[in-house]
Amino acid sequence: MASPVAPVGGARNGASPEWGGFEENIQGGGSAVIDMENMDDTSGSSFEDMGELHQRLREEEVDADAAAAEEEDGEFLGMKGFKGQLSRQVADQMWQAGKRQASKAFSLYANIDILRPYFDVEPAQVRSRLLESMIPVKMVNFPQKIAGELYGPLMLVFTLVAILLHGMKTSDTIIREGTLMGTAIGTCFGYWLGVSSFIYFLAYLCNAQITMLQMLALLGYGLFGHCIVLFITYNIHLHALFYLFWLLVGGLSTLRMVAVLVSRTVGPTQRLLLCGTLATLHMLFLLYLHFAYHKVVEGILDTLEGPNIPPIQRVPRDIPIAGLPIAVLNATAKAVALTLQPH
Amino acid sequence: MAEADELTVGETATKSGFLGLSDVSISEDIPVEGEITVPMASHSQDEDYSTLDEPVRETIIRDLKAVGKKFVHVMYPKKSNALLRDWDLWGPLVLCVSLALMLQGGSADSKEDGGPQFAEVFVIIWFGAVVITLNSKLLGGTISFFQSLCVLGYCVLPLTVAMLVCRLVLLASMGPINFLIRLIVVIAMFAWSTLASTAFLADSQPPNRKALAVYPIFLFYFVISWMILTFTPH
Repeated sequence: MASPVAPVGGARNGASPEWGGFEENIQGGGSAVIDMENMDDTSGSSFEDMGELHQRLREEEVDADAAAAEEEDGEFLGMKGFKGQLSRQVADQMWQAGKRQASKAFSLYANIDILRPYFDVEPAQVRSRLLESMIPVKMVNFPQKIAGELYGPLMLVFTLVAILLHGMKTSDTIIREGTLMGTAIGTCFGYWLGVSSFIYFLAYLCNAQITMLQMLALLGYGLFGHCIVLFITYNIHLHALFYLFWLLVGGLSTLRMVAVLVSRTVGPTQRLLLCGTLATLHMLFLLYLHFAYHKVVEGILDTLEGPNIPPIQRVPRDIPIAGLPIAVLNATAKAVALTLQPH
Repeated sequence: MAEADELTVGETATKSGFLGLSDVSISEDIPVEGEITVPMASHSQDEDYSTLDEPVRETIIRDLKAVGKKFVHVMYPKKSNALLRDWDLWGPLVLCVSLALMLQGGSADSKEDGGPQFAEVFVIIWFGAVVITLNSKLLGGTISFFQSLCVLGYCVLPLTVAMLVCRLVLLASMGPINFLIRLIVVIAMFAWSTLASTAFLADSQPPNRKALAVYPIFLFYFVISWMILTFTPH
């Protein structure tokens, strides 16, 4: 009974005491309060602890797989003689469930750790990248650099979501079976992720040198132009102004992406296919976002589908439609009669 | 004999471990709600006060006091990490629900569904807070998940006050002066919220990246305050 506990007790002198502490507290009748303190979230560097804990959990799982289930029971409880069969089973179940949940939560934390390098930027870098996203560089024969970073794109997408919400609210857009929030998030993230993966797929076909991460960063920073245009034109309702901005700002950010893609692709056909697709999608998306949630368009739709007009329009339209089948029937009847007559 | 040895080894290990821990996380000048029993001090059983057998009323009152104290901290943000030290989500829940209820207005049973719905406000607040927290963690912040949620939730308080003021102002007749008053109140409270949460959260970020962590916070409160400003009961 003592043997399985011994290494645990020793390990407590080491760096990370979590699960060892748990077992020991059961046996030694120590305080559960302090154990909670031990797992407390308030310590500054809880993140590193979590990562370490996750590592330990993994190792433990591997060990557990190797050992037989019966042995594991004994190892965990370490008090066969004390408790009955039932309590042992219950404790075992709870242990398993807890372990599963804990490892799930910690794997989430581990995933955050994986993402961390992509958020390793300085404010100055983000600022210069935002500016660069509006400046197309005409350098075709040497592959241009794309920073693989996700902070800027992600924040731009969230900004776009906020601007879109604003546009939807001011245009009194009503969405059935869904919220404005969900629609805005779905549209923006859908465009960003969907078009990135689509262009990545095309780039794979066209043999362009670009990774998925670079594609995400490129398209994400390309949304900066969209943010500016939409923010201005949702507040100032002037069509001429919108078209000007659409061509100028939207065009600049699109040109920048096209220039980068051209420099990373070989062959005119491939270049045309890839850049044409991207430019079309990007410019049309801006057009869509502007006109889908715009006050004026909403007004036109109202006049077309308003309650008064349709009955008036429907009356004259119904007559030719109703008259046509009869005429056709008459004609066919005559034809049949004509063909039948000689016989 | 061997077992006794084990026990002593275990105990000393525990004590040394917790000694180190208590040095790290509990300092004397910070008030801690509730009682924490520390086993190394358990030899003095008489002054050891446990919260297990106290009346429920006292527990609730103590918790309410803790929440109220944090409200004061938000309304008067000074350099203090009381809000970070012992986080709770009661305050954020209350603030979020009351804000959402006030924004709901009379639009629930009216024909137009244009106004912000309860669920929408609720989701914006919690989803936004989670995104900000994840962002600050990814930028290398040394703050834990729930601490950040707690601070962001408590800092909605000025905006809830702004909403209350707006509803009161909206009882009066509509007009440009009415809108102007609401605009000023909302802008002031928006600045207050952003500054308060920045004061609490910025220290946990690496100094050169504060701007990156503050931007999503700014966006978050901006969206909420914009919703408050554009709210009109039907």
